[in-house]
Amino acid sequence: MSLTHSDIARIASLARLQLAPDESERMLSQLNGFFDIVEKMRSVDTTGVEPLAHPVAAIEDITLRLRDDVASEPNAREANQRSAPAVEGGLFLVPKVIE
Amino acid sequence: MSETLNTFEAQQQGRPTGPLVQGYEVIIGFETHSQLSTESKIFSRASTAFGAEPNTQACAVDLALPGTLPVMNRGAVERAIKLGLALGSTIAPRSVFARKNYFYPDLPKGYQISQFEIPVVQGGSVSFFLGEEQKTVRLVRAHLEEDAGKSLHENFIGQSGIDLNRAGTPLLEIVTEPDMRSTAEAVAYARELHKIVTWIGICDGNMQEGSFRCDANVSVRKPGQPLGTRREIKNLNSFKFMQQAIDYEIRWQIEEIEDGRKVQQATVLFNPDTGETRAMRTKEDAADYRYFPDPDLPPLAIAPEWVERVRAEMPELPRAMAERYVTTHGLSAYDAAQLTQSLALAHYFDAAVAAGAAPKLASNWITGEIARRLNAQDLTIDQAPVTSAQLARLIMRIGDETISNNAARQVFDALWTGDGDDVDAVIEAKGLKQMRDTGALEAIVDGVLATNQKNIDEYRAGKDKAFNALVGQVMKASQGKANPAQVNALLKAKLG
Amino acid sequence: MKKDLHQLGVAELARALAAREVSAVETAQHFLDRIQAHQALGAFVAVDADVTLAQARAADAQLASGNAPALAGVPMAHKDIFVTQDFPTTAGSRMLAGYRSPFDATVVRKLAEAGTVTLGKLSCDEFAMGSANENVAVPAMGGAAVVPVRNPWDIERIPGGSSGGSAAAVAARLAPAATGTDTGGSIRQPASFCGVTGIKPTYGRASRYGMVAFASSLDQAGPMARSAEDCALLLSALCGPDLDRDSTSLDRPAEDFSRQLTDSLEGLRIGVPREFLGDGVAPGVRAAIEAALVEYEKLGARRVEISLPRTELSIPVYYIIAPAEASSNLSRFDGVKFGHRAKDYRDLADMYGKTRAEGFGDEVKRRIMIGTYVLSHGYYDAYYLQAQKIRRMIADDFQQAFTQCDVIAGPVAPTVAWKIGAHGDDPVADYLADIFTLPGSLAGLPGMSVPAGFDGGMPVGLQLIGNYFGEAKLLNAAHRFQQATDWHARTPGGF
Repeated sequence: MSLTHSDIARIASLARLQLAPDESERMLSQLNGFFDIVEKMRSVDTTGVEPLAHPVAAIEDITLRLRDDVASEPNAREANQRSAPAVEGGLFLVPKVIE
Repeated sequence: MSETLNTFEAQQQGRPTGPLVQGYEVIIGFETHSQLSTESKIFSRASTAFGAEPNTQACAVDLALPGTLPVMNRGAVERAIKLGLALGSTIAPRSVFARKNYFYPDLPKGYQISQFEIPVVQGGSVSFFLGEEQKTVRLVRAHLEEDAGKSLHENFIGQSGIDLNRAGTPLLEIVTEPDMRSTAEAVAYARELHKIVTWIGICDGNMQEGSFRCDANVSVRKPGQPLGTRREIKNLNSFKFMQQAIDYEIRWQIEEIEDGRKVQQATVLFNPDTGETRAMRTKEDAADYRYFPDPDLPPLAIAPEWVERVRAEMPELPRAMAERYVTTHGLSAYDAAQLTQSLALAHYFDAAVAAGAAPKLASNWITGEIARRLNAQDLTIDQAPVTSAQLARLIMRIGDETISNNAARQVFDALWTGDGDDVDAVIEAKGLKQMRDTGALEAIVDGVLATNQKNIDEYRAGKDKAFNALVGQVMKASQGKANPAQVNALLKAKLG
Repeated sequence: MKKDLHQLGVAELARALAAREVSAVETAQHFLDRIQAHQALGAFVAVDADVTLAQARAADAQLASGNAPALAGVPMAHKDIFVTQDFPTTAGSRMLAGYRSPFDATVVRKLAEAGTVTLGKLSCDEFAMGSANENVAVPAMGGAAVVPVRNPWDIERIPGGSSGGSAAAVAARLAPAATGTDTGGSIRQPASFCGVTGIKPTYGRASRYGMVAFASSLDQAGPMARSAEDCALLLSALCGPDLDRDSTSLDRPAEDFSRQLTDSLEGLRIGVPREFLGDGVAPGVRAAIEAALVEYEKLGARRVEISLPRTELSIPVYYIIAPAEASSNLSRFDGVKFGHRAKDYRDLADMYGKTRAEGFGDEVKRRIMIGTYVLSHGYYDAYYLQAQKIRRMIADDFQQAFTQCDVIAGPVAPTVAWKIGAHGDDPVADYLADIFTLPGSLAGLPGMSVPAGFDGGMPVGLQLIGNYFGEAKLLNAAHRFQQATDWHARTPGGF
């Protein structure tokens, strides 16, 4: 299978990555090179095999642990916003969100 | 999606039907986001309390700071189980959390943790009355997910302020089949679902605060035609807006079609100021969420023992309670449905009956006079100035003929407005006791008859109005304390 | 001290500190001086003497009171993939330049509670993506220049990656130990290339809370030091359930991984996969491995030939799953709440696009693109889902193998460290070199790299893979080997 320029454009858009034209070119050929080694994987017969999510589920049943419903996180806004690019009045500022 | 036609045949077969609009059949499905009433968020331990200063209830996990991970809140799962039981759904013994990937400033991780292929609640239904008709809307599923933050636009020029306090609040997304056939039905469904989630205590139901938000999928078609293209009206957070928005959308879609245009699939927002729905900016690849099971969260297992424990602790559900009222107290289905509008209202009724009130009378008073006053003054039953015990006492005094119906209304009014708090004391203070002494009453009747020959003659001539006038005279002479039934009987006996 | 402080391992230092033969402050200062002297290696990206010495003084106070934890005053450094409150965290990326975490990673906290003193943060491949520590986007400490990390055994060569800074620092004796993380081999491979000892525990043993996430179902923290004995001490300190913060953390009690260190290896069955010693392995590497296996037989172990038939498939399987998870994990880097934001942009969409284009390096972008593609509509079943299914088959292959052997052994990598820049613009060459570490990663099994010799002057590591929860046995096997050989004790010239 071979990716095209429009695939690269679509994926870059989904991933919110602005690629320069030469970057796009390079990406296209590198990804195609990569997908060549991936092709063999597609033809493996996996009928009846369940996907493995948590690795240890290979030998034991791993299910979700639940915690008690207690609100114990204190207000740490100042510390949490220390590395924020733009903050005003406690709000994170971004370019206007148009709906 | 189920195929339905808006015909008598469909009705006979129990399939959904509704009134045509300008000859078009309306098809509506709902997705409701109900915030769950947990103390902490679904995946973090930050508080879910409403109204805090921006980002003071957004901890590191909620902000998606590097290295943070989700940990599941048992309270959210328990509330999902409660909903499933209330709606007759299947609780999945194992369900999976999935990431829904998209970019938006109010979505800190760049993905929402939700459920995709295997939701926690599957199937079920919601039944309710639309007027006198019983309707049932089938559920596809309900799944757990996290709420996003909020974007604020006022006070900023060219910018938006992001508050992530709401990010991570647990939600149940409740999805119906497209079974609704009219705006009225859709709003009635929403009201019933709202009642249920508040009844079973999983949601505070505060729509102004965003606890219960509905997305309506609306399409129209001529009966017999294939399903029309649907548009989704997002984030309707009041029943009034729901009605206005869906009505407008229906008319808009019909107008488009009548003008020869095709309805394009779109997500639309309702503008309460203009009363119109408008398509949002289309995002080209909005649909590719790249769902995959969240590797940070193993599958959620719900054992049957847990489900049974929750079932045992559930309050009697509105429908079952209403049915009980019909069989035990002989109430009409309609009245029973009215009384089970809320758990508080039903408890009020139960308490009044337990205190000795005749059920039918209690029902009449509650669904009549009390409901009217609560509505007018925007109060809930818990805020009613007349307690169930007082109501019961009042009804008993009517029953034992201490007071007439008329007098009872006066007593009720006094209690409601705070002019006295004890039924018997008010009766005494206002001298409203019905006359018991038949001798005295007879004397009054004789007195009236002696001075109202004209009315007697007219009555004998066949004018019933004259009789009523005599009754009125007796009531007046007795200062309202006479028992009208007795007055009637005495007059008839004396006039022959 | 007869031996220079930097020649002492973790266990030795702990003993000396506890015996008050040397102070924590003196020890810390000694290593800080060495770090300054060897900046050219590029191993450290953040150092703060004030913070380090304050921690050392606190350790000295504990030691004086007689109430000190086991590793009190032992200095170590942390891979810059672990968030720390007292030092910046960049994960090797421009995206996090200047980022200060308001909390510490659980692994960092646990090691601090065990008494260790932090020397600084170590360079790594950007977001842990890389096998050579060439994908670096942040300057090394004290400098303005972004430099690849150098292998102390040959500074023209890579140290391995993604925990290249960790491996180089330990090999050059700039720290007695370091934390690393291993997703596809990122502890084992740099340990092999730099001649140090490293271990990746069973997936779920060490908390991932506070590790900047790369591939959620693969990432694991682990120690790198100069001996199995030291690794055992550190592994015991950093492992343990983190039930409150990491849902993938296993609820198994903390263990003393040193408990079996000196057990006899008599009868130990060592499985050697035939796929691990094929033509792709450099002759010098193969020779070192074969020699190591002979040592094991002398120690009483028995060699068994086994097969891991899907070894080669592990490359595409890993390079589908890891980028897929990474593409999603990296979506939070959007310039809104923390990290880099572009300076000029027209609107929100432009801000996202520019911020992420500027903040991420080439390899990271590549993997985001791959990951986004394999999860996208129409491709999920054929790629991601298929890969997760083959992953289970690979895990099952290991279970099958472990019915015939107790531990699995082979090379960590087909070659020794290559020259900086040698793989050029071909990312696939790097991917192919991971072939022996990927299978164990996919299965979530514990794995070690143990120095086993040299090829052309460059270290060769022996890989040991254990069954789930078999870390103690692995460390035992490594320790007995290290008692019989001295590869692990060699020092690169000039250090």
